[in-house]
Formats: sequence, structure tokens, C-alpha cells
Amino acid sequence: MQRRNKMSKIKLTINNMEVEGKPGDMIIDVARRNGIEIPHFCWNDRMERIGACRLCIVEVKGMQKLIASCCTPIKEGIVVNTHSPRVLEARRTNMELLLANHDLNCVTCKENLSCKLQKYAEELMIQDIRFDGEKRTENPDDSSVSIRRDNNKCILCEQCVRVCNDIQTVYAIGLQKRGFHTKVSPPFGLDMNKSACVNCGQCVVACPTGALTEKSDIQGVINALNSDKYLIAQTAPSIRATLGECFGMPVGTPVTGKMVTALKEAGFHQVFDTDLAADICIIEEATEFIKRFKEKKDLPMITTCCPAWIKFGEQFFFDELHHMSSCRSPQAILASLIKTYYAEKIKKNPKDIILVDIMPCTAKKFEILRPEFSGEADYVLTTVELAKLLKQLNVDFSSLKDSKFDNPLGESTGAAAIFGHTGGVMEAALRTAADWISGKDLKKIDYKAIRSMDTMKEAEIEIGGEKVKVCVVHTLGEARKLMEQIKEGKSPYHFIEIMACYGGCIGGGGQPPPHNKKTLAKRTKALIDVDEKMDVRKSHKNPSAIKIYKEYLGEFGSKRAHKLLHTHYSKKDYI
Amino acid sequence: MKITIGLATCGISAGAKPVFDALKDANLPVEKVGCIGMCYNEPVVTVIDDNKKSIYGNVTIDNVNKLIECIKKGEECKELLVANDINELDFYKKQNRLVMENCGLIDPLNLEQYKENKGYSGLNNALKLEPKQVIEQIKISGLRGRGGAGFPTAIKWGFLADKKGKKYLICNGDEGDPGAFMNRTVMESDPFKLIEGITIGAYATGTEEGIIYTRAEYPLAIETLEKALKIAYDNNLLGNNILGKEGFNFKLYIQKGAGAFVCGEETAMINSIEGKRGMPKPRPPYPAEKGLYGKPTNVNNVGTWAHVATIMKIGASEYAKIGTEKTKGTKVVCLTGKIKRTGIVEVPMGTKLRDIVYEIGGGTPEGTEFKAILSGGPAGGCIPKEHLDTPLDYETLQALGAIMGSGGMVVINNEACMVDVARYFMNFTQEESCGKCTPCREGTKRLLEMLIKVTRGVGGEKDIDKIRQLAEFVRDNALCGLGQNAPNSVLSTLRFFRDEYVMHLKDKTCCAGACANLLKYNITDKCVGCGNCARHCPVGCISGEPRKKHVIDQEKCIKCGTCYEVCAFKAIKKT
Repeated sequence: MQRRNKMSKIKLTINNMEVEGKPGDMIIDVARRNGIEIPHFCWNDRMERIGACRLCIVEVKGMQKLIASCCTPIKEGIVVNTHSPRVLEARRTNMELLLANHDLNCVTCKENLSCKLQKYAEELMIQDIRFDGEKRTENPDDSSVSIRRDNNKCILCEQCVRVCNDIQTVYAIGLQKRGFHTKVSPPFGLDMNKSACVNCGQCVVACPTGALTEKSDIQGVINALNSDKYLIAQTAPSIRATLGECFGMPVGTPVTGKMVTALKEAGFHQVFDTDLAADICIIEEATEFIKRFKEKKDLPMITTCCPAWIKFGEQFFFDELHHMSSCRSPQAILASLIKTYYAEKIKKNPKDIILVDIMPCTAKKFEILRPEFSGEADYVLTTVELAKLLKQLNVDFSSLKDSKFDNPLGESTGAAAIFGHTGGVMEAALRTAADWISGKDLKKIDYKAIRSMDTMKEAEIEIGGEKVKVCVVHTLGEARKLMEQIKEGKSPYHFIEIMACYGGCIGGGGQPPPHNKKTLAKRTKALIDVDEKMDVRKSHKNPSAIKIYKEYLGEFGSKRAHKLLHTHYSKKDYI
Repeated sequence: MKITIGLATCGISAGAKPVFDALKDANLPVEKVGCIGMCYNEPVVTVIDDNKKSIYGNVTIDNVNKLIECIKKGEECKELLVANDINELDFYKKQNRLVMENCGLIDPLNLEQYKENKGYSGLNNALKLEPKQVIEQIKISGLRGRGGAGFPTAIKWGFLADKKGKKYLICNGDEGDPGAFMNRTVMESDPFKLIEGITIGAYATGTEEGIIYTRAEYPLAIETLEKALKIAYDNNLLGNNILGKEGFNFKLYIQKGAGAFVCGEETAMINSIEGKRGMPKPRPPYPAEKGLYGKPTNVNNVGTWAHVATIMKIGASEYAKIGTEKTKGTKVVCLTGKIKRTGIVEVPMGTKLRDIVYEIGGGTPEGTEFKAILSGGPAGGCIPKEHLDTPLDYETLQALGAIMGSGGMVVINNEACMVDVARYFMNFTQEESCGKCTPCREGTKRLLEMLIKVTRGVGGEKDIDKIRQLAEFVRDNALCGLGQNAPNSVLSTLRFFRDEYVMHLKDKTCCAGACANLLKYNITDKCVGCGNCARHCPVGCISGEPRKKHVIDQEKCIKCGTCYEVCAFKAIKKT
């Protein structure tokens, strides 16, 4: 083994630095590991290498041509220069070609100052574009409720296409036409709302320019804030772990208190915590699961917190919808409670309340428009949108003091906090289910087997003498595999958690990029820290939740609870 | 008596079908054969009577009755006679027909006729050897890929032979260059030769599945191949235990492409076969490692495969005697453009281009001068008359900035403007670019736009350098062969015909009179004042009194050339 390791190391020189790599590494991999950033658009460590943008070209001594570092394997002894004059000149030409076919409306672009094309143009000092001629002119596609496409800003790096097709297996978008007229589009040039798009927004995250952006609801919220309505915000579990990044704070800084203060400063009358609804969601889901598990009916049961996953299931696996938990997502639970329980409590007409959901997710914009939830939530702002709103309102986020969520919908447990990362919902559900099945207050509540960033995690847990096989997946490509298994009747699991986005909600389509393993791990850590610092770490022990059941809903899984906290699914056609 | 008529696509388009029907209606024993390669004489009818052979050319529906009359009288129809033996013709004297030996002489779908000419003796010879020995024979023959790059075939086969498990052979018949039709001719006129070659390859590499990839725009080739494949299966020349060789199983079938030039690139072709968009992938991994459906794959051109059967038939060392030191054997070339005798020509490697143009092709049409020969299709380069003594060889052509390509040779005479030629081919490549990589997608478009400007005389001499720089950038940075070779036509015309570019930009003239925008029509003293030109001018820019010299208002003239055509006194001068 020792010998093999020694043999399998490859030595090379990059920018006068002696470095090492292993067989199969590409030049860009080794360079990045050694802190050398090579400009690139199409390369992404989670996606197939396509060598399309040619921006990552480098000079290798002795080779006549410049080569693309993203798809050239390292070799012993090669001498690489990533920023030689020749390389820079070629990169400049490449950038000029891209910019010659770009609308260059930077100052009015949503991605202004966060655009990679802009960044490289600045770095390479592109001040004059030598080429002019025809430009792509297409009307932006505003048809989707979640995602806006503007092909005039597209540089065809295919990140969106690959994430949609290869990782999510949704196949909503692809390349069409040839040559200069090549473009990203849903099949047959249809609008996004007619495609199979599940609104997960992973394409938005992947897009290095302003070609794919979330459909903005900021103006609607500003108008609402200036109306005479009663303004309520709810914030999803993952927002507190990511919002700080938008204000230059280190990745993985929890900002719960500042976030609440900021929303108050923005003009919200009440700021509630979606985490409370997450606890209620677990109470309902665990009740449902135990019932199904005992009756051995409709197993495996699948979690339904993720609206992108729900649409995916409704489109592609409509015969298996009975496997889905009937429980609403935490967002929809809290929305329902605010417009019923809370409205009654403060004696307000629900119509006079405007509820703004702060979500990690572009698919939530679609979820609130589902007919089942009509009249509940009014707007969804993503993390990125909230940051933009706060900046617009001149809220100096980093200097804000901490505040607490408002009551009675502001108290939560550690179990709810971890909803934001992959495996969290399952872990929270297991904490409650294990207690209930065993009839004890169990001390061992950390289910570390399902906490990693692997896209497919399974565990067998013994609860009250019975073995429960659980599985946690994130990304819809993995979900598809599980669903195929279920369709064939071969699923070995009892309980499955599915999240559409890589990493779970901390990697949602509305979260600030980049969504690489390192960033996502830090965000996960932030949520686990929140959980571990909590006194109450099991959903069914949430005092506020218990109170709501007592005051309003009745027993766990009661008829009223079903009416307000559960939903149903149906086959969805697409294209 | 036996009468044959060439009924390949070229014959049919020249009007051979009604001729065939007429001969049949006259109760003559007429048989279909493939294409003999004399495009300039199509439709070609051969009459063999008592060992006397008469070859008739340009037999059309208008003159076929004359021929029928002669045949019935037992006379030779002098009027239509081309020769009694094709070898008498200058067109064939310098040719060495190995691959084309049967084309136009046998019924393509008559296996007996194919076998009479020692067909399938190649496979029989191969089966007497061990697979490794067959590869050794190919090595001795010195065969190199006829698809363009000239990679040694034996080495390629060796890679595949070393691989265990499922693997594939692909025959690349996706001939997409304008003016190239040698693959089509082989597929239509001698399909068994191709099938035999691939079968030998299957034996040598231990492969059990092969695919012939060809474009759907070749309906006759597909129909012929499909029938030939069925005959081969029925005669144990494909399928299981081929020719009684225990354990030698080979399945071969056709996959149609939708006609994208880029699908001739092997990785794009593999994508296309898999049902994906035909776009190239970066290499490595090479198809030999990871090709079709992720399995080891060997791709060879129709031309290469057709040579295999010949090599195994005549013997490797015999084959190696033909050609040059580095490049053995023959090359099938499509001779088109401004040349007297167009057609398919098979010459030994090393034949001088001059011989191809003058001895075989008969030079350019009367009254015109040879200017250049474009070798390698749209991605090829132009070779001027100073280099006509260049021998046909991969390396020599490359040194001149051209490529062998699949063998398209377009002859250009002094009626063509070299800038316009470059523009024409750049237009083709930019339309056929798959749109994946930036240099090709954006670069070829900008090159085209700049070339169009030159043809219009817009810009100055410094623009020539700009064109050259961008062309070099595209050549050096594009992902696949299409993009890397796309600028060849620009770079080679810039190298050999820079003065023409200068003339367009500096003097605002086009020496060939091909660039409409730079043309000037003037009325000379020959004008008798008939007024015919003025009556026909669509923009009314010609004026003058009756019987007096007219004048053209240059400002208004749209250079349509109508006046030039209608003037009965040749009084209009085009400059």
C-alpha cells in the first residue's frame, strides 16, 4: 500500500511551484488545491468536464498549443504556467468574443457586482472589444414564477443544462440550434412554465452571469411594506446560516438575532420562525410514520418539505404519490397557522395580513401559488432577495443588535434548526419517532450516519426492538434512483428524506453562491451548532407547539390538524 | 449481351433512371451497377457484347433512343461513345483503383458478382490467421486513417484488441463536406467491401458489435447497405460463427444521423449514436478507453474500412508497395469545382496534385486559369499553383496549411475570388459549429463577419492582421477538429493570396469580379444607344438619349448585372 501510494503521486510544476497530484487529476484540480485560481466558466467539480469555455487554458512548456486545464490530465514533470503573457492574451481574446455577443447592460443587471463575466473582464482589463457584429437578441422568458431567463446574458457554459439534466435529471432545459445561434432553452423553444422545470433554482445558482436569476418579488414586498396591512415575516431554518454571507460575513456565521432585527427594521410587525412549523411538521410526520410503520402500509414514507421534489414526484412518479407524507412543508404549515390560529388570536381578518416567507428556495415561490395553499402566504423572498431588500432599505446588517422571534410562533427546538441541511428532517423525525415508539425520553439523539454530504445515505436504526431502514438523498438525480426502486417494488426502506438541492436547503436555489462542498459543510456546521446549543432538541417537546395543539389543533394528528397541516398531491402534466 | 447503367445517387441525379426505364422498355438486358466515378460523363451506360465493350456517356432521356437503335442494330453508337475500355481514358490512366475496383462494374447487391472478383477472400485470409496476426498485417500494410488525421490503423485496433468485455466498432460514414461523396459512393456501389472490411476489424479486435453511422440524407446508401447487411447475415457473413469460425460473432447495423457536419467528429458521433445532441467531448478519455455507452470503441472512416478488405485480399506487403514512405496505399479523392473532368478518383498516395488536376481532371475549363485547389473540404486549406507539385500525403498537405481530410478536392479557377472562397467555407463551418466552445461558436461568426466586410471592401489593411489573429486564436483554442480546422481556409488564403485581401481593402476591387459590392458596371463606346439596358435596369439607373451612348449612375447601381446580360453589343464592362 505504502509503495503504491508513493508510485501514484505525480510531481509537476505550476507557476514555479513544485506540486503533487494523483493519477486522474486534471491540471485545474491540482492548481486549485494549491491555491492557484484559474479563470473558468464551464468547469464545476460536481459536473462532467466539457471543456467548452476554453478560459482555463494554460501554457505547458514544450507544447505548441495552449491547453484547457480542466480536461488535461497531469503528467509527471510537466511545467505549467497559468498566467503567462500568451495565456492572458488568449484569455483576453476569449473574453472579448463572449462580450461581443453580450448585452453589456451591467449596471441594470441583477447580477451586477456578483457576475463572473464582469469579474474576469475587470481582472483581464478588457477595455476595448475588438469584435463587433450581430448580437443575440431574444426576449427574456418571464413565464416561470420562480426563474427568469435572459439568453442575451448567456455565455453557454452549460452549467445550468448539466445541473438540470445530469444532477437533477429534470431535463427542463437543453441546448438548441447550432453555431452562433446555439441557446439554452426548454424543449421546442417553449416557455419555462410549460417545461418540466421543478423550480429548484439550481440553474440560477450555477449560472455565472445574469442569464438565469430568481424571479424577483422584492418590489411587491416593498409595496406591501408601505401599505396599511399587517406585515408578518417567517424565516426558514437555513436562512440564519447563510444570510450573513450576503453581507460579507464569514461562511457559516449564524445570524438569527440580526436577521430578526433586520426584518423589524424593514417594517415587519411580526417576525415568526418557520422552525416552529418544522417542529409541528415533525410531530405530524412522526405520527403518520408510526401509523404506517405499524400497519406496514404505503412504505417507504417520503418526506415532503421540499416543493421541488414534490413537483418532480407529481410529474415523473405520479403512480407512487401515496408514498409521500401528506404533511405540508413547514412553510405551508406556518402560513396556514398564521392565517387561521394567529389571525383569530389577534382578531384580524386574514385578508389584512400580508405574509412574506423568507426562504432558501425558488420553488417556494411556486409552492405558495399551489391552489391547495391559496390565500395563505403572499410573497416569497429568497435569502439573496432579502439581502437585496435590506441593502435597498439601507439596513446596516452587520452592526445590528440581536432580537428574538415574536411569540406565539417564534419558539423552536434544535430538531427544527437542522431542517436546513440534508439529513436534518430525517434526524428530527427519528428523534421524535424513537421516543414515541420506545416510550422513553432517549438521550442518544445524534444520528451522525445521515449527516454527511454524500448524496445518498442510508442507516438502519433500531427503535423499540424494531429495525427501521431509513434513507436520505439530496439532488433529484438520486431521488429518481430511489423512486425507480420504489416503482419496481424493490425499495428496502421504511422512511426516506428527499431534498432537491445539493446539501439540502442550505444549498437551495435562493441561497448565495457558490454551492461547493466546503461552503455547504460550513453552513451545515452552523446549523448543527445551533441545534447543539439548544436546551430542547426534540420537536415534540417544543412548548409553543404543544400549546398550539392544546389551544387550537387538538391531539397530534387530529382532524383539525389534518385540515390545516396536511395536503394532497396529484399528477402534473408537463410539456 | 449485357448492358449496365450506373444508378448510384450521382447517376440518378444526372437522369439515369428514365434512361434505365427506356432501356428496359426496349426489352434490352439492362442491369443496375454502382458509380464508376466519371461524374462528367454521367449517366454512363456500358454495353458488353461478344467481348466487345462500349462505354457510353451523357446518355439522357433525349438521346437514349439513338443508343437503343444502335444496340438493336448491333452497331456502336459513335455519337455517345466515350471509350471501349476505361483504361484508355486519361481520367483513369493515373488512377489505381483498389477500393473502387468494383464500383460501377458490379451490381452492388449481387454477392456472387462481388465474390467473383475475389470478394470475401480478404476475410477468408484473415480467418486463417490469429486476430493478432491480422493486426500485424494491417501494421505491415502501413494503413493510416482515411478520415483525415492519418492515425495508424493498426495502433488504433491494438488499443481495442487489448480491452476485455463489451466494446464497439464504429464505421464513420457521416460525410458532410460540400463536394465530398467518396463514402457515399463506396456505400452505394460496393457495400460488401465495406462490410467485409469491418468484419475483418471485428475479428482482429475481438469485437462483437459494430455500427455504421451515416447521414439520413444518404437514402440510397442506407437502403443499399441495409439490403447488403441482410444478405450478409443470410450468408453467414455476419451473425454467429461467421464463415464457420467457431465463436466469431459479429453484429453490424446502421445508425442514421440527422446530418450535422460535426457528427463526423468521433466523440460527437458517439453522442449522436447514444441519442444525445451531437457535440464533441474533450479527449481524454479517448473512445478507445471510454467510447460508446462508456465502453471501449474504435472509430474508423468508411475509406479506411474499405481499404482493409483490399489489404487482406492482395496481401499487406503488396499493398505497402503502393504510396510513399510515410503514407501507403491509395486515396480516393473527389475532384470537383472548376475542372473539366469531375469525379471520383483513386490515386496512389504521393501522386502529385498537378497530375490529379491536369492529367486526370483535364485542367480548368477552357479560357480560365487554375488558381488553387482546396483540399480537405470546408476545414481544409487552399493550395496555390506554386505548390502543385506537392505529393498527396498527410504531412505535406499539413505543411501547406491544408489537410487531407476525407478527400474532397475543390479546384478553384481565376473566376473565383479567394476572399470569397474563404468566406464561403467560413459560412459553412460557422453554421455547422455545434456551439459548444467559445472560440468556434463566437470566433467563426466574427471571422465570417470580418470576411464579409472584406468582400464589401469595408475596412483597411490593418483588418487583415485582425482576421489572422482571430483565425489563429480559433485554430489554437477550439475544442474539436471542426473548430481547430475551421480557420484553415482563411489562414491558407491569407498565406498564399494576401494580395487579394489587400486589393479588396485598399483598392476596393475584386480581381475575379466575384464580389458584387466591389463590382463596377460601365458602358463603353460600343454602346449603340438601343436603350435595352435602361429598360431592363430594375432601379432605373441607366440613362441616355436614343442612339447615343448611355451612362450608369454608379450611386444608384445595385450591381445586379442585368444590363451586362441583356446588352447585345457587349458594350457593358464589368470591373
